[in-house]
Amino acid sequence: MQTSRLQTAVLIGPGLGWLALLMVVPCGLVFVLSFFERGVYGGIDYVFNFGNFARAIDPLYLNIFFKSARIAGLAALIALLIAYPAAYAISRAPRRHQTPLLFLAILPFWSNYLIRTYAWIVLLNREGFLNQGFELLGYQGEPINMLYNDGAVVLGLVYNYVPFVILAIYSSITRLDPEIWEASQDLGATRFRTFYRVILPQTVPGIAAGLVFVFVLSIGNFITPDLLGGGRVQMVGNLIYDQFLTARDWPFGAALSFVLIGIMMVLLFLQAVLANRAQGGGRG
Amino acid sequence: MADAPGAGGLFLRAHLYLVYVFLYVPIGVLIVLSFNEAGLPTAWTGASLKWYGALAANETIQRAALNTAIVAISSTIIATTLGTLLALGVEMRQKPNAALDALLFAPMIIPDIVLAIALLAFFSLIKFSLGLHSIVMSHVVFNIAFVFAVVRTRLRHFDFSVIEASVDLGAGAFTTFRRVTLPAIFPGVLAGALLALTLSVDEFIIAFFVAGAGPSSQTLPMQIYSMIRFGVTPEINALATIVILFSFTALFLSQRLNREVLTS
Amino acid sequence: MRHLKKLAAMTAVALTFGLSGTAGAADSIVVSNWDGYMPGDMMEQFKAATGVDGEVSLHATNEEIMGKLTAGGGAGYDVVFVSSPYVEALRNLDLLAPIDAEKVPNLKNLYPEAQDLAYDPGNQYSVPYAWGTTGLCYRADLVSDEVDSWNDLLAPSDDLAGKITMLSTERWLMAAGLLAKGYSVNDTDPAHIEEVRDLLIDAKGNLLAYDDTTFYSKLVSGEAVLVHAWDGWCNYGIAENGDIKFVVPNEGSDLWVDTMVVMKSSENKDAAYAFINFVLDPANHAWVAENILYKVPNQAAMDQVGGALAESYPNMGMTPAQLMDMELMRDLGNAQKDYTRASTEIMAAQ
Repeated sequence: MQTSRLQTAVLIGPGLGWLALLMVVPCGLVFVLSFFERGVYGGIDYVFNFGNFARAIDPLYLNIFFKSARIAGLAALIALLIAYPAAYAISRAPRRHQTPLLFLAILPFWSNYLIRTYAWIVLLNREGFLNQGFELLGYQGEPINMLYNDGAVVLGLVYNYVPFVILAIYSSITRLDPEIWEASQDLGATRFRTFYRVILPQTVPGIAAGLVFVFVLSIGNFITPDLLGGGRVQMVGNLIYDQFLTARDWPFGAALSFVLIGIMMVLLFLQAVLANRAQGGGRG
Repeated sequence: MADAPGAGGLFLRAHLYLVYVFLYVPIGVLIVLSFNEAGLPTAWTGASLKWYGALAANETIQRAALNTAIVAISSTIIATTLGTLLALGVEMRQKPNAALDALLFAPMIIPDIVLAIALLAFFSLIKFSLGLHSIVMSHVVFNIAFVFAVVRTRLRHFDFSVIEASVDLGAGAFTTFRRVTLPAIFPGVLAGALLALTLSVDEFIIAFFVAGAGPSSQTLPMQIYSMIRFGVTPEINALATIVILFSFTALFLSQRLNREVLTS
Repeated sequence: MRHLKKLAAMTAVALTFGLSGTAGAADSIVVSNWDGYMPGDMMEQFKAATGVDGEVSLHATNEEIMGKLTAGGGAGYDVVFVSSPYVEALRNLDLLAPIDAEKVPNLKNLYPEAQDLAYDPGNQYSVPYAWGTTGLCYRADLVSDEVDSWNDLLAPSDDLAGKITMLSTERWLMAAGLLAKGYSVNDTDPAHIEEVRDLLIDAKGNLLAYDDTTFYSKLVSGEAVLVHAWDGWCNYGIAENGDIKFVVPNEGSDLWVDTMVVMKSSENKDAAYAFINFVLDPANHAWVAENILYKVPNQAAMDQVGGALAESYPNMGMTPAQLMDMELMRDLGNAQKDYTRASTEIMAAQ
């Protein structure tokens, strides 16, 4: 028991130390700011009060939060539906093909986010490649504008984050014993039943992690809403950015961030509990 | 997909191909735009090779690309190591701990701008000098959380008794890790590392805040976003084209090499 | 656990490396600017002329460099390029060093108007680098009616609706509404701000998109036919398509000024002044006008190149007197909060 406690400390220590020093302490300093006020020119007036938190629970900000949570959630679900079968197919490929297939999925994302987004604009805009293609195929009507709406934002988010879900699910799916199919089918189970009762529960941690990745990365994103959404869709990332950098109101930005971080923590915590339960009570 | 026969296997394979098409279509457009005559980001005006020439002559961009590679690779190595150890430690404990979970979720949720300002204020408070190393240290913060989350999915229901057995048989901790634990969790570690690398390559706002002044700690995203005001030129598309084609070739060659090693 | 030791050693190396990192060399400066806003070989020429080493750092937006200077106290930077409202804020946060006019003799090249701008009369803390205004940029071949009012943007005719973009950068977004209503671009009356917010929410329905970065590209492709634009950026569209025109609406507009400031934390202020002096050299400043297609407040430079540029890009011919008719954008002080709130409400509206 002693050794195992020591072992745990050695394993966990460096990572936790890093986060304590470079996340908890610095963010703690910013958190303290939320009890003060913005100075006239954007500095800090050290007058202790809770006013920023009262401002932060305004329906305006909560509505933005829930609207962006809806878009991020939708993106996460679609990304999952695309990524799950893809990750599954990769995990069933011959062993020596698996690593290259994974690389192939992530490689487009070593270009730059901004120019990938520009590429989507070139494809989808009213005068874009897709509309020109439709015209060549004989389409005669008004060009179709596929950009600057919620759908385009969801598409952009799904595109950029699908590979992350593939990675997360691949990680959890490869621990399945390949003989699980045969064993289950020998016992007379149908393919669907095997998948639903045996495979799926085993990959719940990967699904949960993948969903969380897309959700948190989407809700904090501002390039896609700005460029593909035409600035009509406001995400949490944008909201916080504006308070810190445009309004230069750090105290309020800090209060708003921590309220929203709190809400997301609760959501993620519930997600973890549900994922655990879906797996059959989690580990003993 | 040799062992997934029948209609199901066929469907899976078709789906996978379609996913790759989806992932690569914008990349095709991006490559086409690298030959765009005018410096317009979203309108095609005619073909030209001039942006490749401009890229070859632009030392600032080349340096930024090198800096990005240094930052991404270093932060990936550190975060993958720390995140994997964390995942092992947390899963071995067997006891759920909500505070620990929250702490490890936090770097994913904290808005980038908050972390950026917090880190810069902290670094200047303790008079820590800024440079590429401070960007690496800051990228490790969020990358740890992502690596941890991926590796952990692999460790659920992991049978830790094999590790104990190996130790009981007299293998040292390191040998056990290398021979038993790592092979068992390798797909998770690889997935985590790829994720970390990709996040770091694209990260802008934290890098901008914690970078030192001057080109020695300028990363590619910092360079690209600073071009927005006067137009992001197709030089960047040319660079992305080269990066993608280079990675593609490296992947292909390593496959060939692997196969030759296997067959000989 | 050998790998842990290695890791610990690595961390230790990183820490020492970090703590002992490079201190600014005695005779060198760091200049932060947008990419492409000055000649590519500027620092080499500066070195040849003065013997001082210079390095260029890049920033993407005023807001971001402002945040960085505030959080880090400006450490490491000597000269920074920012727009005029930020000069006021930086000065009030006590981050700027005064400009030593004796060490910047080329200040005399500036137009008299540029030496007496309201946010910093007498160039005490900042030196203007480029200036211009905001207006409407449109495709004359695709827009049939005359475009001359902010209302063409905010309440467009049916054939324009859905083919319009607006700037979403807060001050300029609000300015379009304020000017349409006849208010000042620095108006801080809460009732006026709310009125403008409602106007802009109504206008949102007719927009193709908000666009701050690629609107000129949208005009070239024909995706948009009328865009809210800064004069210099409209010129990028004009360069590709001669049917693109720029107009300052008859209700008036704002005057924006990009400036150079010296940080109080700079350890080499003399070299920083020498750099600013070098930029104000007519040949260097003319480069900006020719390459970036922005007007520069340097009389000697504009005398060289202004005439030729105005033939292709009419807005390059705007005189300082015409620019002075525009209203200078100022820091808002506490009213900034109301502006940010209004712009958040506009962006969040359906």
